[in-house]
Amino acid sequence: MRCTVNGTSHRLDVEPRRLAVDVLRENLGLTGTHAGCEHGVCGACTILLDGEPVRSCLLFAPQLDGRDVRTVEGLAGPGDELHPLQQSFGAHHGLQCGFCTPGMLLTALDLLGHNPTPTRDEVREALSANLCRCTGYQQIVDAVMDSSRGGAFDCT
Amino acid sequence: MKPAPFHYERPTSLAEALDLLAADGVETKALAGGQSLVPLMNLRLARPDVLVDLDAVAELRGISRSGDQVRIGALTRHEQTATDALVRERLPLLAHAAVHIGHRAIRTRGTLGGSLAHADPAAELPVASLALGAEVDVASARGARTIPIAELFDGPLSTTVADDELIVAVRYPVDAGRRPFGFAELARRHGDFALTVAAVTLSVDGDGGCRAATVALGGIGGSPRLVGPAARALIGTRIDPAAVELAVASVDDAVRPVADLHGSVAYRRAMAALLTRQAIAMARGAR
Ligand SMILES: Cc1cc2nc3c(=O)[nH]c(=O)nc-3n(C[C@H](O)[C@H](O)[C@H](O)COP(=O)(O)OP(=O)(O)OC[C@H]3O[C@@H](n4cnc5c(N)ncnc54)[C@H](O)[C@@H]3O)c2cc1C
Ligand code: FES
Ligand code: FES
Repeated sequence: MRCTVNGTSHRLDVEPRRLAVDVLRENLGLTGTHAGCEHGVCGACTILLDGEPVRSCLLFAPQLDGRDVRTVEGLAGPGDELHPLQQSFGAHHGLQCGFCTPGMLLTALDLLGHNPTPTRDEVREALSANLCRCTGYQQIVDAVMDSSRGGAFDCT
Repeated sequence: MKPAPFHYERPTSLAEALDLLAADGVETKALAGGQSLVPLMNLRLARPDVLVDLDAVAELRGISRSGDQVRIGALTRHEQTATDALVRERLPLLAHAAVHIGHRAIRTRGTLGGSLAHADPAAELPVASLALGAEVDVASARGARTIPIAELFDGPLSTTVADDELIVAVRYPVDAGRRPFGFAELARRHGDFALTVAAVTLSVDGDGGCRAATVALGGIGGSPRLVGPAARALIGTRIDPAAVELAVASVDDAVRPVADLHGSVAYRRAMAALLTRQAIAMARGAR
């Protein structure tokens, strides 16, 4: 099986039952994508598959064949400068333990990609796809609002 | 939380997929969006021997108008059902219902065929498809047949689609699609599966008389279903408060809710009545 992850192409030989989240973490060493519930509910494992958000715990390895994947490791720029959305999460204390953060970032990035100026309610609705046990969500919503077009951290 | 081993197949034609499903002596399951099947496999509540990934079967894709029907391929993702121009124009109830499913990361994968085949009692698309009077085209290596949607659901998580059959497409009458509709659901949180869902279509003449109506509910115990007596209580009336109360009383007769973690029998009954009332009001307002 072949796939592209964050711009790098990979060839892998894995068992079909291996979940995409485990391919990323264990075969490719990209441990930014987190496995939480492993049944689609928590959103920690969210990745972008051909540009669309999906649960990587509900995909089998062969379903990645020929596809383009983007994970949290693909957000930082050259020289490891954090993506504006990541900087905004930092500035607004949008994370505590950080377990939910990769999924939150990719969900927010997808939202800003097709709705660069969301209302607070739209941000809340999009982020309802992801569970956070630490922050109480307010700071995460603040971080995303501040990254929408015109905010301090322009992601567009 | 990892699935048991299985053999993976990725057929590129419908005929090839049906041949794989026809194999004797092995448990073979179709994989569409995986948003219901993979959680069950991860929890090892499902352990198929062979998984037939439908993703490369072109015959299962596409949305098209043919005569007085709109045909939607089984592999159409919920996100596409919610946003496709033809569906939004001709079957606004279906598009509206699809938006209520889970979150975008679920809708980008989950499919119409998978939702009907999985037959969750409180899923949105089965209820909307019942209200619209859909016809479900299925095929197997033995041949093809059409199942009227009212005969598709056969108890919670159970359908009349045989193990070797696939849902190929769902056809919706444009006539029902253009009627004013109402849709209401109760979910604990946004994106959660609904506890109860109601969908209503009304056909109203120039004088406000109701010529045709459908009332469908899910999450009421057993399969999602049409409540014929509720529709008949509205037909031939001006949908005045007395007719609405009669329709709501028919729904109360038809529901057989079961108490669970999320609500008592009395609560679920009250919700079925309330959602029916809300859906009728929405359909009337949309006229
Ligand atoms: C977190 C989360 C939230 C969700 N919320 C909702 C919600 O609010 N409302 C809702 O309705 N759903 C919800 N879902 C489920 C989602 O809609 C599923 O997409 C749907 O139930 C099944 O479709 P699928 O394409 O993913 O099917 P799969 O999971 O691939 O398959 C489901 C079953 O259908 C069979 N099957 C699939 N395609 C066919 C076919 N063409 N012919 C015959 N059999 C077939 C499979 O063999 C399997 O038994 C949610 C799922 C998750 C993970
Ligand atoms: S680990 Fe995939 S959604 Fe929770
Ligand atoms: S920061 Fe800990 S789960 Fe969200």
